[in-house]
Amino acid sequence: MTDLFELLTRAVPFLLQGTGVTLSLVLGSLAFGFVLGIPMAIGEVYGGRLLSRIIRIYVWFFRGVPVLVLLFLFYFGLFTLIGLNLPAFLSGIIVLGLRSTAYQSQIFRGSIQSLGRGQMMAAESLGLSRTGAIIHVILPQALRLSIPGWSNEYCILLKDTAVTYAIGVMEIMTRGNFIATTSYRPMPIFLTCAVIFIFLTYGGIYLLDFLEKKVRIPGYDEKTKEVTY
Amino acid sequence: MSEQQNREKTDEPVLRIRDITKKYGENQVLKGVSFDVQLGDTKVIIGPSGTGKSTLLRCINHLDIPDNGQVFLNGHEIHGSKKDISTYRRQIGFVFQDFNLFDHLTALGNVMLGPVRVLNMSKADARDLACVELERVGLREKADLYPAQLSGGQKQRVSIARTLAMNPKLILFDEPTSALDPELIGEVLEVMKDLARSGMTMVVVTHEMGFARSVANEIIFMEDGRILEEGPPQEIFYKPKLERTRQFMRKISELYGKEDNP
Repeated sequence: MTDLFELLTRAVPFLLQGTGVTLSLVLGSLAFGFVLGIPMAIGEVYGGRLLSRIIRIYVWFFRGVPVLVLLFLFYFGLFTLIGLNLPAFLSGIIVLGLRSTAYQSQIFRGSIQSLGRGQMMAAESLGLSRTGAIIHVILPQALRLSIPGWSNEYCILLKDTAVTYAIGVMEIMTRGNFIATTSYRPMPIFLTCAVIFIFLTYGGIYLLDFLEKKVRIPGYDEKTKEVTY
Repeated sequence: MSEQQNREKTDEPVLRIRDITKKYGENQVLKGVSFDVQLGDTKVIIGPSGTGKSTLLRCINHLDIPDNGQVFLNGHEIHGSKKDISTYRRQIGFVFQDFNLFDHLTALGNVMLGPVRVLNMSKADARDLACVELERVGLREKADLYPAQLSGGQKQRVSIARTLAMNPKLILFDEPTSALDPELIGEVLEVMKDLARSGMTMVVVTHEMGFARSVANEIIFMEDGRILEEGPPQEIFYKPKLERTRQFMRKISELYGKEDNP
């Protein structure tokens, strides 16, 4: 028992350092996907035929290939091929970010399309440009509708960061594996990893639920059903 | 062209539409529609469903781009770049059947959006203007409510206020009461009557024959992408030239009850 206690006092701080790395990975790649996913969704809905085709091919590829394959493909393949010598951490953010872009673009596309054509027509009838209408009318509504889907993307992406273990990023899983193999006590160590992931998952969901409530448009109840007055 | 424009400037109609055609796929929705709207006119377009009335309205302010034909606003043809078309659009109000209020903004926010984002008005000025326009449609006290908190009739009145805030040269109404419960239709028609009386130029697609008869100074009967007959209400209602118009008027009177019978 004292043995286990000793192991954990050594392991937990080490794993918590990895938690910072994991959080940076997930926040970095989520932000990456957010910044690229929104214009991509807009391009797919409002862009010309060629643009939306290119976007659909991008999405098709990044949703079709397993994340580990993507990681190897870029880290050992493409980046080496073009002589780009990126650290593993940064490579992880880029690959997870590129993939999250594909998923997030579809979250935003769905929200934009669910608004219907009328919102755009009404904005244009006032004399707003396409861009003006997207900024002032479409996105404020579409982003609100995207929060539940985005919360899901956070959950999935958070746990996908563990695959960067395979290229040696010092996140939770890599550190856990290191202690587990050196101490020969995999069970308590990996259980600790699991607990950390659970905390991160539900902490994030809690914050996003809070955000969703905070920006909810008055007149819609909890289930976003319109209240009749 | 410029000489002709100058010559016509004096009593140029607010809106002049010439030979508008529009096709969706194989479906020729508009087959050459022309008419003029003079300052202060209230024109009511009637006709069976699916005859292109709504498409015609959308073609007027180029929410749908017509395949052929021309639209002139105060003698200037609406064409050119997207930016040019936006400049025309802001001068033409549009009221939609299903309101299309911006759900994330209050009634006040809905009315302020155009003045702030299109006319570059300061927020304070736009707020004052929006209050005036909401007052005009009788909803000053609902300014801080969101669309989901308003009834259908109130939503449509807010959308009229939103359009008025742009100080349009004319307003197009696309079946403004068709999505409303019967007891809410009256309040919207009342606002529209007030507008017509105050001299606003209006083109209204509607099935409200009572409104058409009492407010319109001209009725346009459309069918199958064409104007079949046009004239003052007395003529269209009581002695139409075409048998087809007579038939339609009879049918719609049966549908919409006794007040529309002669």
